[in-house]
Amino acid sequence: MSILLNNISKNYGTFSALNNINLEIPAGELVALLGPSGCGKTTLLRIIAGLEYADEGRVILNGVDETDQHVSRRGIGFVFQHYALFRHMTVFDNVAFGLRVKHKRDRPSETIIKQKVHDLLNLVQLDWLHNRHPDQLSGGQRQRIALARALAVEPSVLLLDEPFGALDASVRKDLRIWLRNLHSQLHVTSIFVTHDQEEAMEVASQVVVLNKGIIEQQGSPSDIYDHPANAFVSKFIGQTNVFHVDSPSRLWLESTGLRPAMETQIAHVRPHDIEITKAVNESGASAIIEDWQHLGALIRIVLSNNLPHNETNTLVYAEMSNESFKQLELRKGDKVDVRIRQVHWFH
Amino acid sequence: MRWSLTAIALAFIALFLCLPLLLIITAAFAKGWSAYWSELTDHDTLSAIKLTLLTALITVPLNTVFGIAAAWAITRFEFIGKSLLTTLIDLPFSVSPVISGLIFVLLFGKQGWFGDWLYAHDIKIIFAVPGIVIVTLFITFPFVARELIPLMQEMGNEEEEAALSLGASGWKTFLFITLPNIKWALLYGILLCNARAMGEFGAVSVVSGHIRGLTNTLPLHVEVSYNEYNSVAAFASASILAGLAIVTLILKSFLEWQQAHDRA
Repeated sequence: MSILLNNISKNYGTFSALNNINLEIPAGELVALLGPSGCGKTTLLRIIAGLEYADEGRVILNGVDETDQHVSRRGIGFVFQHYALFRHMTVFDNVAFGLRVKHKRDRPSETIIKQKVHDLLNLVQLDWLHNRHPDQLSGGQRQRIALARALAVEPSVLLLDEPFGALDASVRKDLRIWLRNLHSQLHVTSIFVTHDQEEAMEVASQVVVLNKGIIEQQGSPSDIYDHPANAFVSKFIGQTNVFHVDSPSRLWLESTGLRPAMETQIAHVRPHDIEITKAVNESGASAIIEDWQHLGALIRIVLSNNLPHNETNTLVYAEMSNESFKQLELRKGDKVDVRIRQVHWFH
Repeated sequence: MRWSLTAIALAFIALFLCLPLLLIITAAFAKGWSAYWSELTDHDTLSAIKLTLLTALITVPLNTVFGIAAAWAITRFEFIGKSLLTTLIDLPFSVSPVISGLIFVLLFGKQGWFGDWLYAHDIKIIFAVPGIVIVTLFITFPFVARELIPLMQEMGNEEEEAALSLGASGWKTFLFITLPNIKWALLYGILLCNARAMGEFGAVSVVSGHIRGLTNTLPLHVEVSYNEYNSVAAFASASILAGLAIVTLILKSFLEWQQAHDRA
């Protein structure tokens, strides 16, 4: 089921939470709504769900205008950030709830409900917990039960609000992969909200970057990483070195072989796009090794630019593999030549 | 230090709570069991009991519904005048019961705002049963709402939103999600509401007119009998109210225990 948002705006008093959002999500995608806190991503998710209503604009789910439809009749599944499991019910009753509250003529028999709930609990690999109450479960287990409960009503759209936000780092990693696999089994159009760019890149097939109530960019993770539409996206997704093309930085950039066009003002360079080699000619070397940190397979190297008469001694971050770093046999204070493989220019 | 504080507390309880209770029972049985029984089954006493029960039977369910509605509105919606409503819920607690009674006399009494209209349509409110019910309704309004509001605020509405997103109607959401979570607090509020509805004196006294066998509730009957030096009748009726208080206390501790048990 596809999701189409047309000119969605939402204000809280004078604060504009969402400003003229247009978004199209094809059926079967797993989409991340990514943005810093307060950017309006949760509000947008709640508007799609019908838990909140937009001041302007239309919400069209699978070609049907659902803008004024009540949340209970939109056929969506919603997983809340803090799971919102029914605390007075067992895991089984939680998952069965959506089936049991159906109108009498649509309600399956208790035997079918039982079968279906156990199937779902098996899908999330927690059938053995069916008699427990939510407060007897771990965070990761609650998350999966909340997902099973949302899936019970066979939603055409699955909406997840910060699904991994309240979990430990290690559980989070496992659940990300698990969610991705689950989605490839079920193919239900899904949107999840996150402020963690790594999570968005790892899990989603499409990423929508939001900032201050507007969409900055939409695309596949590699699209967004390799071709950021603007300075905000470039800075928000992954690490980046920012060079303002005022005179000292400009000289340094030129010494690495880049020629900024006149009208451009900011250059963004990813750490792994900076190539370091031992200085051929020490006096003409463009940078000095200040320090480095081990990040597992990668080494992050801190460089300072080596320019005569340079008061603003800016630090530059570069990354390279552990292996190549060892081969270079660099020491602190060594002078190096720097080549920049790729740069993004922004205004 | 601990012992002396405990001793002071116990002495206080003995002097101001247990002693009066004991006194009520001794005075009620001063002329023996049969005198006690005949006073209890006296026509005026019975009608006072009936009126008290009738008042509680009307006001408690109504205030339960009003209390839930008010708590729901305040904790689940944003609307203009919300803080005013929150303040107004406490009004019956902050106004002296006698004044509360007087307000309704000024509204529905013969010289009151609606006096002429009521007289023309031959409807009697003041010095009649409807007046007693109305003031009791007013006095006991805060109990249920005040129990529910903090609890529902703390609970938040995520579980209700989850139920709605699963296709449940508003009514089913209330019945299956909200109600099970607030049931002990709700019962607690109902219990306090009932105790006050049966025991209210001041406001009821103003609007009742003390017509024996017609508009006397139990607390009023106690006062009337006592003023007539019929101490057995007064204390016999008082013993019923005291019994009600004890039952209320026991139920109250049970409900508090249940509530703590549920949250643990």
